[in-house]
Amino acid sequence: MRFTKDHEWIELNGDIATVGITAYAAEQLGDVVFVETPEVGKVVKAGQSLAVVESVKAASDIYAPIDGEVVETQAALSDHPETVNEDPESAAWFAKLRIADPAQIDSLMDRDAYEAFLDTL
Amino acid sequence: MNMQSIGRPTRPQTASTDVSAEHAQGLLQTEPLIFELGGWDKTGVDLPEPERGAADDLGDLIRAAPIALPGLSEPETLRHYVRLSQKNHAIDLALYPLGSCTMKHNPRLNEKMARLPGFGDIHPLQPQSTVQGALELMDGVAHWLKTLTGMPAVALPPKAGAHGELCGLLAIRAAHEARGDARKRVLTPTSAHGTNPATAAFVGYEVTEIAQGPDGRVDLEDLAAKLGPDVAALMLTNPNTCGLFERDVLEIARLTHQAGAYFYCDGANFNAIVGKVRPGDLGVDAMHINLHKTFSTPHGGGGPGAGPVVLSEALAPFAPQPWVVKDEDGWRLEEHARGEAERGFGRLSAFHGQMGMFVRAYAYMLSHGSDGLRQVAEDAVLNANYIKARLGDLMSPAFPDGPCMHEALFSDAWLEGTGVTTLDFAKSMIDEGFHPMTMYFPLVVHGAMLIEPTETESKAELDRFCDAVRGLAEAALGAGSDVAALERFKVAPIKAPLRRLDETLAARKPRLKWSAPS
Repeated sequence: MRFTKDHEWIELNGDIATVGITAYAAEQLGDVVFVETPEVGKVVKAGQSLAVVESVKAASDIYAPIDGEVVETQAALSDHPETVNEDPESAAWFAKLRIADPAQIDSLMDRDAYEAFLDTL
Repeated sequence: MNMQSIGRPTRPQTASTDVSAEHAQGLLQTEPLIFELGGWDKTGVDLPEPERGAADDLGDLIRAAPIALPGLSEPETLRHYVRLSQKNHAIDLALYPLGSCTMKHNPRLNEKMARLPGFGDIHPLQPQSTVQGALELMDGVAHWLKTLTGMPAVALPPKAGAHGELCGLLAIRAAHEARGDARKRVLTPTSAHGTNPATAAFVGYEVTEIAQGPDGRVDLEDLAAKLGPDVAALMLTNPNTCGLFERDVLEIARLTHQAGAYFYCDGANFNAIVGKVRPGDLGVDAMHINLHKTFSTPHGGGGPGAGPVVLSEALAPFAPQPWVVKDEDGWRLEEHARGEAERGFGRLSAFHGQMGMFVRAYAYMLSHGSDGLRQVAEDAVLNANYIKARLGDLMSPAFPDGPCMHEALFSDAWLEGTGVTTLDFAKSMIDEGFHPMTMYFPLVVHGAMLIEPTETESKAELDRFCDAVRGLAEAALGAGSDVAALERFKVAPIKAPLRRLDETLAARKPRLKWSAPS
């Protein structure tokens, strides 16, 4: 699993990458009450908006950590946005991307680097 | 004679929500929907059988069902709406410290003036010779706004702050296009009102955020780095949403202009500097003025807003029509762009703006005078600093160094470890009889609580407010592991007709139309 400075996580399995937000992000957001997942087929570049989460505090974009095409989304999150707080780094994935360039993931932080990054916040 | 149901109101339905009248107690009445009240047989008339042939003439236009409207008598109707009006907080009930929204008293003199027949009973399509006074008043409002801001032109049509932003950015886009220099990006600080990036995106610009320094103000280096030949405008609020004056505003304007961009100022917080600082002197090219904030017209449900936009020399030719002019025949609205103005973006709305708000704002300007308006700004700042000083030892001011402007901003650092969140604390203020402060905005401050008392509150009322907040803060800090003491925050509000609501769900999936329970 790799991490971005915007607190997304991404896990690569073959050419399919699963994307979600980190436990830190979920905790900072507070109770998530709304989730908007992308359309299947949407093509995104790294840094572009992929999904939207809204908590009692704020609405936030979730950005694509790397380039890819959305092949699957978890529509059930819309009905159960609380999943994002309960199990952010596993059950509450937002989208699966088919990626073109797996090497892009190497520029992202690993767990240790991400935790070191969190310590600076 | 049997009453017909055809052509009569809808039969009242039993309550479809979890609110039902039987829970009403004392003055804490619950209120059903209007469709759940009244009766189908209280209003309407029974018409005689139509003459032979009439039904054929009407064809399928003949009514065959109830009219799908509620059927209430006049007292039932009146009581329904009065009860509803008592279920919410209002500036006429108590202090309403909603930061960045400037909920100040609406002087009743303004209302009296707005109801004068020459202002209240006129129509936009009336011959202009019959509304000379109204046109002269619009020119008066324009004169005051231009004088107070030090700007040469003003567009009166925008209907609210965000509409004013749209007006300003359309003028900026027209100005760039007029010189063949179409640009792509708009810069906004991370602390911007959400409407700023939203407006820029709506007009078709890409939005780039500029960072904020640790002092709560624009990071000049980041601004300089992000300015470039593709930047159309900078949108900046001053004083900003942290309640701080952007000290480097002259340098910000210089850098912006040097890049060939325009400086849009979000004038939402003009009430903190009116009569003290002229935005035109700061290098501003366009700024909307929320008449419902600085100039005390009703706000939020109390009436339409108005957001006139003042424009610099560079943008003045791009103002939208119409505007008021005077010639030998008297006052009139100039409806058509001529000469240089033909390069403008045209028209923002059908008519000339919110007449009722112009009258109220003008009454406020004339009744205060230039010295009075200056005192408005001074007292707004004084009151906010009084709150910051009285609460600063218990709560954590986001920017403790130096005074604030018209609003006092606290972070939730002081609540850490208590188990009480900003949301809990804000909701518990309802139980104390106050509207909550703005919470979780600006986003750059963790768990933000933004308190704007406005200049219209007396010291006694500010003290009553501070005493209540201090009482709550002490309870939150003293709760420790006492679950019962914490509970009052977690379940707040308890002294309200409805308890804690799912506000996001209400905003995302609103149910705006009544439908019969199936």
